[in-house]
Amino acid sequence: MSLFNVFNTAGSALNAQTIRLNTTASNLANAESVNGDATKVYRARHPVFQTMMDDSDADFDGESPSAGVRVLGVVESGAPPMMRYEPDNPAANKDGYIYMSNVNSIEEMTNMISANRSFATNVEAINTARDLLLKTISMGH
Amino acid sequence: MFDNIFGIHEQALLLHGQRMNVLATNLANADTPNYKARDIDFASVLGSSSQSAAPLALSVTSAAHIVPLEGELPAGELKYRNPYQASLDGNTVEMPVEQAAFSENNVRYQASLQFINNQIADLQYVIAAQ
Repeated sequence: MSLFNVFNTAGSALNAQTIRLNTTASNLANAESVNGDATKVYRARHPVFQTMMDDSDADFDGESPSAGVRVLGVVESGAPPMMRYEPDNPAANKDGYIYMSNVNSIEEMTNMISANRSFATNVEAINTARDLLLKTISMGH
Repeated sequence: MFDNIFGIHEQALLLHGQRMNVLATNLANADTPNYKARDIDFASVLGSSSQSAAPLALSVTSAAHIVPLEGELPAGELKYRNPYQASLDGNTVEMPVEQAAFSENNVRYQASLQFINNQIADLQYVIAAQ
């Protein structure tokens, strides 16, 4: 029954969006992190989504109608961390500079809203599929 | 007599179920880079899978042409949606379009289900009346 695949598909999306929300929370929490070493300062993390083709129900000329999402990996932003002269900061290096994390708070907030919307949409898809399946089960009653 | 009690609704129900799958996949991949939104061309799939509407035949004009056997033609294929607006990451899922298609499909599924339920109720009424 193909409707059951909706649970797998939407479920994988819920999982992916949860990971995205996790990285966003981590980025926002570390938005003000500083370090005296440019290589050790916190860098914004972003998940990379990939379509996960499911060949178990290849109905359409060998092409499967359902495909979930998986998180291929989490990449760190390559943007250069901002340098600031703060000789009094205990984390400052010998030249008196600290490095700020390269998290862009606005980008993270929009990411959060987008993840929130996508999550809600997929929950709605699951609810709809469940309702339809329950109605189908009670067919003839 | 009972081979085709529910008429086209039996196949329509299955197809709506599959279409829901495709649309849920589009919704799930709304944030996946380079994912191309897909959909079922409903009329053509239902037309080719139902007996009432004959699918387009291949014309055979040479002895070397292979005549397709019954049922050998693909029942249907997934088609890619043309986006109204291009996006930078190559994703062609447009949330409002997909959500509208999803809820439309939902209603159509329930309609098919209702037709089948009515048919069952009719039959039960006839059986009980004798």
